[in-house]
Amino acid sequence: MKKLILSTALATLMALPAFAPAQAQEPKHGGNMVVTYKDDVATLDPAIGYDWQNWSMIKSVFDGLMDYEPGTTNLRPGLAESYEISDDGLTYTFKLRPGVKFHNGRALVADDVVYSINRVINPATQSPGQGFFGMIDGYDAAAEGKAETVSGVSAPDASTIVFKLSRPDATFLHIMALNFSFVVPKEAVEEAGADFGKKPVGTGAFKLSEWTLGQRLVFEKNADYWISGVPYLDSFTVEVGQEPVVALLRAQNGEVDIPGDGIPPAKFVEVMKDEAQKSLVVEGGQLHTGYITMNVTKAPFDKVEVRRAVNMAINKDRIIQVINGRAVPATQPLPPSMPGYTKGYDGYKFDQDGAKKLLSEAGYADGFETELFVMNTDPNPRIAQAIQQDLKAIGINASIKSLAQANVIEAGGAGNAPMIWSGGMAWIADFPDPANFYGPILGCSGAVEGGWNWAKYCNADLDKLAAEADSIVDPAKADERLAKWSEIYMKVMEDAPWAPVFNEQRYTMKSARMGGDNALYVDPVSIPVNYDYVFIKE
Amino acid sequence: MAAYILRRLVQSALILLGVSFITFVLLYVLPADPVRQIAGRSATAATVESIRQQLGLDQPFLVQYGNYLWNLVQGDFGRSYLQKTEVAELLVSRLPATLLLLVAAIGCELLIGLPLGIIAALNRGKAIDNGLMLTSFLTVSAPQFVVALLLLFVFAVKLGWFPIGGYGTFAHLVLPALTLGILGSGWYSRIMRSSMVDVLRADFIRTARAKGLGRRKVILGHALPNAILPIIAMIGIDIGLFMSGIVVVESVFGWPGIGQLAWQAIQRVDIPIIMGVTLVSACGIVIGNLIADLISPLIDPRIKLR
Repeated sequence: MKKLILSTALATLMALPAFAPAQAQEPKHGGNMVVTYKDDVATLDPAIGYDWQNWSMIKSVFDGLMDYEPGTTNLRPGLAESYEISDDGLTYTFKLRPGVKFHNGRALVADDVVYSINRVINPATQSPGQGFFGMIDGYDAAAEGKAETVSGVSAPDASTIVFKLSRPDATFLHIMALNFSFVVPKEAVEEAGADFGKKPVGTGAFKLSEWTLGQRLVFEKNADYWISGVPYLDSFTVEVGQEPVVALLRAQNGEVDIPGDGIPPAKFVEVMKDEAQKSLVVEGGQLHTGYITMNVTKAPFDKVEVRRAVNMAINKDRIIQVINGRAVPATQPLPPSMPGYTKGYDGYKFDQDGAKKLLSEAGYADGFETELFVMNTDPNPRIAQAIQQDLKAIGINASIKSLAQANVIEAGGAGNAPMIWSGGMAWIADFPDPANFYGPILGCSGAVEGGWNWAKYCNADLDKLAAEADSIVDPAKADERLAKWSEIYMKVMEDAPWAPVFNEQRYTMKSARMGGDNALYVDPVSIPVNYDYVFIKE
Repeated sequence: MAAYILRRLVQSALILLGVSFITFVLLYVLPADPVRQIAGRSATAATVESIRQQLGLDQPFLVQYGNYLWNLVQGDFGRSYLQKTEVAELLVSRLPATLLLLVAAIGCELLIGLPLGIIAALNRGKAIDNGLMLTSFLTVSAPQFVVALLLLFVFAVKLGWFPIGGYGTFAHLVLPALTLGILGSGWYSRIMRSSMVDVLRADFIRTARAKGLGRRKVILGHALPNAILPIIAMIGIDIGLFMSGIVVVESVFGWPGIGQLAWQAIQRVDIPIIMGVTLVSACGIVIGNLIADLISPLIDPRIKLR
């Protein structure tokens, strides 16, 4: 259950071929798809929505300057028809696509983009995405409320937007594809006020036609959508308040097309044993790593030997069995499908004797007592028990602190947790770039009170390397940049603030009548599916 | 009577004030920061502080509580931290479903519990009595989640008699009401049994029998009206039990009531919603008890409201 804070831009584990409609089934138009969720949709305001449930719905209602090819992590222009990057990497100029209209009928102009970016950065909006825009010139003044607008964003004419950055940042185009950058019409935002999240107006393929609180949302096709022929569905209905187990029963009964919360862990083996049901499940990777953090600022984890010993003590294959094999072993912080992943690096091998030796070198020949914090929902406490046993085998007695998610996050942020198993709160990338796995969770900026760097690991040299890597904006030098990132993560592994355990796989169940390339059902940036491109066969 | 009601209403207001205070304290000391939930994991410390200030969460506890109360007396429950929707709107949209389920569930409890209690009392000490009391013990201790799923699986999935969860028609109501009805019926059958056993021993029953009244008339006409009193008090208490039970049942059956809302809000540390649901539930319990107390003298003239 990663519903609170985990957002979603994920990449597939397997290298997926670029989505090519010509090779897939011929799409059919029409019909209504039913998707279920347990929790109410929190909001559809792109400046506010930051959980994996509303993330993909917001993508269907709004658009940004940049977008991804459906089913892949490849960037493509969205509302921008084209863009240019200056040689110093500090100026990005976007040309708007002509003829795009908001759902209220008004034509999109460059000022809308400027307004939307300012809105996210304005502290009064309380956007969780504010921090993503730190590279834009004038961000600090605007974010602190000292300036009304961000000086680095301007619209010289109705179809041109210019961004001036304070530092070159290779992730900027990904940021322009994030939901937080999506374009909203000022008049609709001002009219709805705080209720804009319930009355969204965008340029997207679908518009919201009904929202009955606690029951359902209905999204209707936008006939004026700027990509002709898209979307394929006439509408899709999101039914909320449905327990995952009940949603699965309804899906088996043909009442539900996509159980949005996935297959409940307790039912996973049963579903996968049944050939008929298994054929309806699409498997893909995600940009996810499950890991154990060790607080490097406090004994005994201030000794690198101890942290390495923990890495060697963990039997990853057995832990994967605990979750019915729904993952692959992790060797490093980055998941395998992330650009910058170091191929051929095997990580720390499972070696209990070696681990004991390291412990005695660090002066802990007799082991020690510690605490392992874990989120209290299945399967995390069971995983924690497996970790506990592995640690016990090398003499470390870890008592398990099983708490509600918010409490574990609190303890981690405050630096009160010697060890944390990240399950249920693990990092899933916001966008498919290695930089997104570093700053907040391994960099010095995250190692502060309340930060997400629970290991409190801060290596100034690596921060410098990271800044260097992200200053390489020239697409031609992308490989050089990725090599730097690979080097950074290898150094992280040497210092071992984490013990990476596994990379979770993603499984989407769909009804037999749903059509479209399988990649759309494990779309790296749209969970559970890419609503704009799936269709109903019959 | 009017003075009694007035006094009770004042007492009720004090109880609600106490509930609001205790809940506020609990949420305040909770080691989870709602601001972090809103700000998300990518937020900088400055963003977190700015949100904290805007929500007034940087204020001392008493100021926060005072502000909350001040808004509350003006009918403002605040806005949800994460959904930004008005809490009052969320409550109003979900209350009808919960009230409907409340009435239906208590109806089911009475329909199942009372006859079983009477049958047990009339067969006191016999196998049927023991069997019924054992059953009532089992229903009271059965886990709601399991019973709910079991009923759903058998009657909705396998037999297809009812829809698999949801809201809107009478058919949707049957299974959730029945789940709560079966589970709560044990309380009623036990109270009904012991109350009936007491009444059946009373002199006036012996007199009624001696007058030559038929068994049916004695039981329904004389014993039952006297034995039913504790049941009415029980309904008042039951509203409280119900409020704690709907969280699970509403979740399993996808019933869009305030139990579901509470559960989601707790997971998200959405304090204005948690406060709103708690106060509305407490109101329900207080009113339920008040009504039960007001009804009692109507049924038994010996009871005086003082």
